[in-house]
This record gives sequence, C-alpha cells and structure tokens, in this order.
Amino acid sequence: MVRFEKVRFAYGGRPAILDELDLVIAPGEVLAVVGRSGAGKTTILKLVNRLLLPSAGQVFVEGRGTREWDGIRLRRQTGYAFQDVGLFPHLTVAANIGVVPRLEGWPAERVEPRVAELLALVGLPPAEYGQRLPAELSGGQRQRVGLARALAVDPKVLLMDEPFGALDPITRSEVRTEFTQLQRRLKTTVIIVTHDMGEAFSLAHRVAVLDAGRLVVCDTPAAVAASQDPRVRAFLEALPPVPGPQ
Amino acid sequence: MTLLRFWQAHSAELLTLLRQHLVLVLLSTTAAVTIGVPAGIMAARRPSTGRAILGFANVAQTIPSLALLGFLLPLPFIGGIGPRTALVALTLYALLPIVRTTVTGLTTIDRSIIEAGVAMGMTGRQLLLIVELPLALPQIVTGVRVASVIGVGTATIAAAIGAGGLGEYIFRGLAMADTTTILAGAVPAAVLALLADSALAVAERRLRRGQVTRRSMIGVGIAAALLLAVLAGGAVISGRRSTVVVGSKNFTEQVILGELLAQALEGEGIRVDRKLNLGGTFVCDRGIRSGDLDIYIEYTGTAVSAVFHEDVPHDPQEALTRARTLYARGQVSVLDPLGFNNTFTVLVRGTDARARGLRTIDDLRPLAPGWKPGFGHEFIQRQDGYPGLIGAYGLTFGTQPRGMELSLIYRALAEKQVDVIAGDATSALIDALDLAPLEDTRRYFPPYDAVPVVRTPALLREPGIGRAVATLAGRVTDAEMRAMNAAVDIEHRDVREVARAFLQRLK
Repeated sequence: MVRFEKVRFAYGGRPAILDELDLVIAPGEVLAVVGRSGAGKTTILKLVNRLLLPSAGQVFVEGRGTREWDGIRLRRQTGYAFQDVGLFPHLTVAANIGVVPRLEGWPAERVEPRVAELLALVGLPPAEYGQRLPAELSGGQRQRVGLARALAVDPKVLLMDEPFGALDPITRSEVRTEFTQLQRRLKTTVIIVTHDMGEAFSLAHRVAVLDAGRLVVCDTPAAVAASQDPRVRAFLEALPPVPGPQ
Repeated sequence: MTLLRFWQAHSAELLTLLRQHLVLVLLSTTAAVTIGVPAGIMAARRPSTGRAILGFANVAQTIPSLALLGFLLPLPFIGGIGPRTALVALTLYALLPIVRTTVTGLTTIDRSIIEAGVAMGMTGRQLLLIVELPLALPQIVTGVRVASVIGVGTATIAAAIGAGGLGEYIFRGLAMADTTTILAGAVPAAVLALLADSALAVAERRLRRGQVTRRSMIGVGIAAALLLAVLAGGAVISGRRSTVVVGSKNFTEQVILGELLAQALEGEGIRVDRKLNLGGTFVCDRGIRSGDLDIYIEYTGTAVSAVFHEDVPHDPQEALTRARTLYARGQVSVLDPLGFNNTFTVLVRGTDARARGLRTIDDLRPLAPGWKPGFGHEFIQRQDGYPGLIGAYGLTFGTQPRGMELSLIYRALAEKQVDVIAGDATSALIDALDLAPLEDTRRYFPPYDAVPVVRTPALLREPGIGRAVATLAGRVTDAEMRAMNAAVDIEHRDVREVARAFLQRLK
C-alpha cells in the first residue's frame, strides 16, 4: 500500500532528517514508527501525503510515486489525525467532520448521515455532540472527533501523529481500544507515529524504530522486544515495569 | 434647549446632513473593506509586499485630513469639490485599521489549524475561505469598527469641500462663532460614532464567541446593502436635481452672499445646489476652474493678489478690469460688483466722530498727536500697512501703535483702550459697538469689491444667472452688508431668513 525506497529527506543544504529509508506497509496493516523527538517521525507521515517530497529516493502510495500524485487528491483520500488535533475552532463538531466530504463535493444529504455514522463510530452520540464547538469538548472527545474527521471519506491510508499524546492514561487506553476495534472493522492501512513504545506495542502489527533519521529495526512487537540493539533497548528500558498488583 | 430648538427648526436639513454623513461613512468604509481585506491577505501572504502595503496605509493615515483633501482637490477624476474627493480621503483613512487587523487576524491563527487544513487537502483558496478568513473575521470586524469610528469623525471635515454631512453645521458654527450651531453638528456626529462603535462591538463579541451563523451574516450583509442603496439612492436623486452650483467661502459674510445668490437664482426659476462654507479662496477657485462650482462671490483685491499673485491696483475700476482680464483666460466671467467694498477701513468711536465731525482719514490729522492708535500685529509690520498709512496721510500719532489681536481690536476701541484702529469694513461689530469708519479718500487701501465670479459656460447655458445677478448689482452697500453680518453673527438669525428679508427689500 505504501512503500519507501531509499528515501532521503533534508531541508536545503542542512543535514538529512531521513536517510536510506526502506519501508513497506501492507494493506490493512498498522505500522507504528517509534523514535525520539526529532528522529524524523512526522517527516515520514508528511512524505506519504505529499506535504513533503523526498530529496532522494521515492515514496509510493498505491503503487504510484508521490511525485506523480496530485497533492490535493492524495491528501483528500489520506486521513490525517494530529498530535494537537487541529480541529477548526469556528466550526461545529459535525462541520469539522464534514469538511473533507464537502470539499469532495458530496451533497448535504450524503454528508449528514456520514457524519452521524462517524460520530457513533467513535462513541459520541451525534444528537448530543454534533452541534458543539470544539471548545465545548474534553480532550478525549476532541481526539475522537479528530479521528472521525480523519476517517470521513473512508481513507485507504490513515496517518496518525501522536494521536493520543494529550490524554490522561485511562482515557488513552479507552481510545486505543476503540481504535483497535475500529481498525479491525475498517481494514484501514495505518501509519502511527509515537515516542511511546508501549503504545506502539499495543496498537501496531509491526513496529519500526527510527534513530537519527535511519531505520534501526522494523518487525513484530515480539521481535522488537527481543532486540539487543542498544538504540532499541533504550526505548524498551524507558517502558514502565509490567503492571502488577500493588 | 436652544440646541433642541435649533434641530426642530432645521429638522429637514438635519436629516439631509445626517443622511449625507451616513452615506459618506458607509461608502468609504465599504470601499476600504473591499480594498483593505484583499490587501491585508496579500500582505499576510508575502511579508515584503506586506511591509509596503502597511507603509502606504500608515502614511495615508498620518496626513492631516484637511491637507489630504487639499492634495486630492486638484487631481483629475478623483479630485474636485463634492463627495467624490471626500470619499477617496475617507477611504484612505479607513484603510490602515482594516489592512492591519486583517494581517494580524491571518498571521495569528494557530499553525496547527492551518496545517490541518493543508493536510486535509484544501487548496490555498479553500483554506482561505473555510479556515483563515472565518478565524480572522473577529479581528477584521475590529478593524472595520475602528475605521468607521474614524470615518464618522473625519467625515465632518468633508463639509470643507462641499461634500455635505454634519460638518456643515460645525463649519457654519465656527464661521459664525455660534456654539449652538457647532453642537448641532458635533453632537449627532458623536452619537453616530458611539452607535457605530457599539453595534460593531456587539457583532465582534458574537463572532468571537462563535455565535454567528452563516445565515445571520448573510442577513446583516443584506440589511447593510439595502441601507446603503436607500441612502445612496436618495443622494443620487437629490444630487440630480441641481443645475447651478453656488459656492461660498467659510465665513459669515460669504455664506450670506452665497445664500443671497442662491435665492436670487431660485427667484429666476433656476434649480440651485448650495455648496456654501467651502474651505476658503483656494477651494472655491479650484471649484470654479474644475466646473464643480458655477458661481461664487469673490473680492477684486483677493482675486488679483491671492488667486493670480499680482499687485492690486488701488483704483477700484482698474482692479476690476484686471480681475476680469485674468479670469477671462480661464473661461471665468466677473460680473458687476455688488456694491460694497470689504477692505480695511480706519475706525474711530462713533461718539468722537460725531462730536468732532470726522468723515475721512484726512480729518484725523490735527487730532493724531493726542490719540492712541491700535492695529493688528501684521498690519503694524507690513510696509503696506501702518507705515504706509501714516505716510500716505501724513499722520503723526502721539504714541507708538499698540499691537493687538484682530478679533479683540474692535472692543479695545469701544472700551477706549485705543482711539483709532484699522478693521474690516463690513464687520458686524462696527454698528454693534457704535464705531465710525473714516473714508479712504486717497485710496490707500486696495479695493476688495465683492463681485460674482461665474463659469462662462454656465452663464451661456443659463441666461437666468445674468438676470439674477443683475438684481443684486450695486445694491449691497457697506452698511447693508454690515447689517446682514450683524443679523447672523450677533442676533443669531438664520442665514436663509436674513437673505430672504434683504431680497424682499430690493423689490
């Protein structure tokens, strides 16, 4: 579904943010990219929906290089859920979710049921939440709305940038569970970026660890957990001890 | 109370001025939004363009309003007497706040919101319309609010170039030194500014709270457009009626003369548009040359010296001929003098004049050594002022002349602080304070005979102008003019009524 081939990315003459990156994400797969701040995680996402173009190498989406894609088209069919949500503060929840369908020229009688469906999908009763403004929601509710918005036009690929970062632990685990169920149902291909190895393990089929712009490992959670690479160990050791009765 | 009575007596006029004022502010603010918001968008997109645009708007704002009108008057297409120039000036003033708040509104939007829009596949245009402009709107409304309040205030200056509005009353009041008339214009202008400010403040607050739906915005838009259409329609209709445009400068005597001309023309069945109380000789002259004015009263001495920068012949007939020749080159005709001469005149107390039989300046000579003279500061300094005067008449005063403010000099004479002064021959105070003018038999002072100045094409098009002016020629003596000035300045009678009464007496 998405393929990175020897991708290098750098701004102007500055040091490369990504280098020699090879990565394949299969349809319906959830890939988590783990790395420290500044490791180039967000850059990977922006290369997928052509917000950025690689300095060298190629990124393929559905078999076509992003250079050949029309950026607007590509972005419309790629969901993007953000770290800081990025909901439009002047639009209601329903209008936020309906933005891309309307951009795509859907008639109102098709947008409305779709919005209701999506709100129900992320566990927010449409009648109660549809007409609220983002400021009238809690952090967890905003994340859910952001997710619903990203899923609005049934994207084949969903990009998620630290989507659950700002949530309290309980809400986070709730939203994660919902997300996993949703993904199984929709079979969406997902690339999720996080600095939290625990989150990566709980959500992803495969985990890629990124360090200083290079791929260290990309494998199943079990294989990554068993890795002896010091750069991987550093992330694993940052995990809290396995929870037990206290 | 006097203010209420004034409004009651002038209610029709007040409404017209109010409407003109509103049209000026609404049109200029609309124009400024139309230009300023796109300019602000451009400025926000490209910082280098932005600096240039904001720089221009900044400079426009710092030009004093009267000076800006002065610059614009002589320009083709946008200049000239009337609302057009005022609209251009008001629009320029309104630009800065609107451009600035548009830029601020657009550049202070949270980056993550913009990025979200881009990542969702919005084109630049969609991003602007769906995200950026709605989010910048409360700020832009703040700019419109500031602009319209500035506009309501600045529009009062528009009266100086004949654009009408509440400034009419303010200028008229200033010219007559009549507080009631000033307040009659200033109070509604202030109320208007407060109303505009609070209405837009409400809109702004609702926008910030996100309470404004698309439907209510469309509603407000339609209401504003309708209001504008009605007001502008009224202005166009009332503007189309006029055929001969009468002007005047901005002091009492001129306004009376303008009104006198207007009524005389109306007596001939001519439709008249009054543009009285214009900002001075320069503005009136511009108006005549550009065709914005058809007729106004000028003074021969002022015409030759101030308009054409030549020395004024001391013989009245010569001065008139000179003025006629100079004006004729510009397709402007000088008609026959009205009769009075608004020149400097030497004045003494009426009691002295009667007791000692003083009639001419020559009669002063034997008395001069015992009398105290008082003159304006400039008059004392200028070679063609005091030194020339005592030379021409061989006067030797006992003391050095006392320099004083022109406006105070009449009272100083009446209160015997001085015994002889030079003043304005048609001042209302001459009769009010029982002062006596002494005849200038040696023609020391240049003549300032009041003459109608008319655009020749208008004169040919409308022969009634000639007939109307002929009824006034030679009929307005110094004493008549003083009496009319006094009626307005001292008795606070209405200009129209004073002019009407005078024309009645002529019949």
